[in-house]
Amino acid sequence: MTKEYKTITEISGPLIFVEKTEPVGYMELVEIRTGGDLKRGQVLDSSDEIVVIQVFEGTGGLSKDSAVSFTGDVIKMPLSPGIVGRVLSGSGKPRDGGPEIVPEVLRDIAGAAINPASREKPRSFIQTGISTIDGTNTLVRGQKLPIFSGAGLPHNDLALQIARQAKALGESEPFAVIFCAMGITNEEAQHFLADFERTGALERAVVFLNLADDPAVERILTPRLGLTTAEYLAFDLDMHVLIIYTDMTNYCESLRQMGAAREEVPGRRGYPGYMYTDLAIQYERAGIIKGRKGSITQFPILTMPGDDITHPIPDLSGYITEGQILISRELHRKGIYPPVDIRPSLSRLMNSGIGKGHTREDHRAVSDQLYAYYAEGNDLRGLAAIVGKEALSERDKLVLEFADKFEKRFVNQGRDEDRSIFETLQIGWDLLADLPEAMLTRIDDKYIKAYHPKYASTAKK
Amino acid sequence: MEVGKVKRVAGPLVQATGLKASMYDLVLVGEEGLMSEVIGISGNKHIIQVYEDTGGVRPGEPVKETGAPLVAQLGPGILTQIYDGIQRPLPKLAEMSGDFISRGLFVDGIDHKKKWEFKPVVKKGDVVKPGQAIGEVQEQLLIKHKIMVPPKMKGGAIKEIYSGNFNVDETVAVLEDGTKLTMVHKWPVRQARPVTEKLAPTIPLRTGQRVVDGFFSLAKGGTAAIPGGFGTGKTVMQQTLSKWADVDIVIYVGCGERGNEMADLLHEFPELQDPRTGRPLMERSIVYANTSNMPVAAREASIYTGMTTAEYYRDMGYDCLMTADSTSRWAEAMREMGSRLEEMPGEEGYPAYLGARLADFYERAGRAEVLNGGQGSVSIVGAVSPAGGDFTEPVTQNTLRMVKVFWALDSKLTQRRHFPSINWLDSYSLYDQILEPWFVENVSPNWNKNKRRAMAILQENAELEEIVMLVGSDALPEDQQVTLEVARMIINFWLAQSAFHPVDTFSPYKKQFDLLEAILKYRDLAFDAVQRGIPVSAITSVPSKDALAKVRLEAEYEPILAKVMAQMEAEFKALK
Repeated sequence: MTKEYKTITEISGPLIFVEKTEPVGYMELVEIRTGGDLKRGQVLDSSDEIVVIQVFEGTGGLSKDSAVSFTGDVIKMPLSPGIVGRVLSGSGKPRDGGPEIVPEVLRDIAGAAINPASREKPRSFIQTGISTIDGTNTLVRGQKLPIFSGAGLPHNDLALQIARQAKALGESEPFAVIFCAMGITNEEAQHFLADFERTGALERAVVFLNLADDPAVERILTPRLGLTTAEYLAFDLDMHVLIIYTDMTNYCESLRQMGAAREEVPGRRGYPGYMYTDLAIQYERAGIIKGRKGSITQFPILTMPGDDITHPIPDLSGYITEGQILISRELHRKGIYPPVDIRPSLSRLMNSGIGKGHTREDHRAVSDQLYAYYAEGNDLRGLAAIVGKEALSERDKLVLEFADKFEKRFVNQGRDEDRSIFETLQIGWDLLADLPEAMLTRIDDKYIKAYHPKYASTAKK
Repeated sequence: MEVGKVKRVAGPLVQATGLKASMYDLVLVGEEGLMSEVIGISGNKHIIQVYEDTGGVRPGEPVKETGAPLVAQLGPGILTQIYDGIQRPLPKLAEMSGDFISRGLFVDGIDHKKKWEFKPVVKKGDVVKPGQAIGEVQEQLLIKHKIMVPPKMKGGAIKEIYSGNFNVDETVAVLEDGTKLTMVHKWPVRQARPVTEKLAPTIPLRTGQRVVDGFFSLAKGGTAAIPGGFGTGKTVMQQTLSKWADVDIVIYVGCGERGNEMADLLHEFPELQDPRTGRPLMERSIVYANTSNMPVAAREASIYTGMTTAEYYRDMGYDCLMTADSTSRWAEAMREMGSRLEEMPGEEGYPAYLGARLADFYERAGRAEVLNGGQGSVSIVGAVSPAGGDFTEPVTQNTLRMVKVFWALDSKLTQRRHFPSINWLDSYSLYDQILEPWFVENVSPNWNKNKRRAMAILQENAELEEIVMLVGSDALPEDQQVTLEVARMIINFWLAQSAFHPVDTFSPYKKQFDLLEAILKYRDLAFDAVQRGIPVSAITSVPSKDALAKVRLEAEYEPILAKVMAQMEAEFKALK
């Protein structure tokens, strides 16, 4: 029934220009046939005279004779409960040799914005078993907390450890994991899949793989498919979903590539001016909706080009996400795992997920105090390097030692070590106990009396 | 009204032909009637920005004119509302389309069915002017809503005036010339509402934040900018100000920000108590929530819609605080639209008119004598999110040219968990002098003097710290070591303030002053002790100093402070 047009006038990079069509809707799904091949695309610009289409599988093999047909509908993702446990390509085709997804529902992948008035405030503590997250940058359900990393750092191990260990306090049901790979190498993808298989996580996972040698344009689809699936699992099937996507940097590169192909006026460093909005549309699909059981928690991973946090990709991400976990090359070189630098790391939703009724009443105060002296101790390292440790005052020496111990005992932990939040807080208190009590200015006296090891041990006697 | 045709669709931008609409007129695009605004006219083509998602819109679909620009509906029922950027109540949208926002929905900004009790304040035969109140409605328990003659109307003698229960569309008064007055009127959001006269900002806006009130105070009707990279505490700062500022009405514009943050705010505001009245804060608030994933054109409009409602309440004689989080997202919305229009970009891709738009916005702030007589004010606190935390970028720079108060957020302070992370050396307030008489009269003659002393200590501290970085603090002369200690006290005991501590989150003027005075007292005692040859280690380890650190956490602090200070004097006397 749908008309086929053979009126391609121009092919340029990932774009094709088609003339003399019936009215075509903006963002409509397009099918392009060439030889026996079927490619899919999407309308980016529609006018009376000409329609601009981006082709997801790349324009290789297309010619002016290729037949273009417009489906009259936007791109939709087929979904059913059977999708859990599947490995799909970056454009949603089965990659595990299994059958096509038999859809129970079809969902528009663009995704509508959640009405802010319908959102539930996220405040369920998630225990990841990692001290630098649970103790000082607490994650809550419905949060989007990216990992800012650099090339060659163990961000993937950290993401896997989180996926493995994350649970709500007092609940045993693990998260469903959605894993979206965008432009990562085959080797990295194997690493993830092997770990999912080893731990049995694949049974409750959906994997989307767009590898480094897959078409770059396809990457624009991948997170949208993953998030549409996440919304289905969370809000239709009442599951708690953890979605990991790696690497957002590759996604943004694809956006830039598309922008350049369309000859748009570029913004900072050549990235399109609408990149903030585009990223927001992905990241904002995390959250909880009032009256629904499920939740979507996001863990985007991005590698900062040149470890530069002011680069547009981490910069814009940081303005949208609810904090960030920063992987430090310096700590990594010191042999500390996970090399999380807590100083520039942040969890904006921490406050609603900690304290009495969530974790423990002294959590905020302990965390602030640890932060304060770790930051000060780090500053003192610079000073000690110049004047020597001996020239420091007694107080400064204590703070300096604190920073070293903090890295060795609090930050550092095993790749399979799953610390409870109470163990994490205990380590924090043990470290603070090495400082004179008068230096604990950020902790209320009643918490000192209740949790300081000095009083805790006398209480036992 | 003409009906035109869509010629081209690309993102939120649509071109249409066959229209006669003027610039900034509202038009409805496509079969679904998507709310849109004319932003350019070229030849026979109208260029239109659509406030909603345009997926699926095709060339050839109709474009309907409405004959009017984007307006806000002004009348009782605005308070406590949660709107999107074009004044559509979000809970209503949720009722109509579920938890996800769908397209082409029309909702009035206020409820037109609800009955309000109208009490006239003028009588038959009185002559009323534009802007003058003709009656009152008890909109919230503590907020009286004045029903005014719309500023653009002529006014005249009252022929009929009623009292009783009406909805906003029913006539409550008739003028001599037959004009019927209702409780609602519409106002184009891009146009400032008129006042009789703008007044000088001579009254401080109390925020309860020591670093703000004590060092960099904002005046009622003033403008302030909070620039800071991500994670420096802009949003917490804005929410704290909204909670504690001593204004009558708070307008919170979440412009291109996070959905979860808005959820947090919407969850908190109804539960938070107004410190002055004990009533829920929400009763005097209006929230605009146009999150970053909602359509970009509506984000651009949200600032104007918010401003118009702020001015409307100002016209009733109220002090209003409008916080915009964040103006950078608003500027980016302009940039995005500009680049789609293929305009020649200015600095960093922002449109060349960026500065002019920002100026127009901030100029709508001010304390004024309003048309109704009496005074009202609109103060603006605008968050700025500079790319990469770099304050030289165009939005920050253009903003700084307009605003009088600059609270520079500092990521170094955030990393130390020093909040509010306002840098005390880089920030400034140009209201310093003009507000001094008020503080002298209402708090203490020494208000500005103490402020200057404390700032001088911090300034010296910054210089000394550079030396300390080279030689260590023990190498400094004793008096300078004491200065370092005093600076540390000002920073940790006074400037740092926990927004999450029930008492510390709000500090009255008197307490702010007393605490700073106490720290300066310590300084005088310490310097005196240095003169007497007492070693620094003894001076800095007096127990009362540590006790002073925790006075700020006490609600009934005065007896405790007095005790601590008496102890301090005794301890210093005992030093040998």
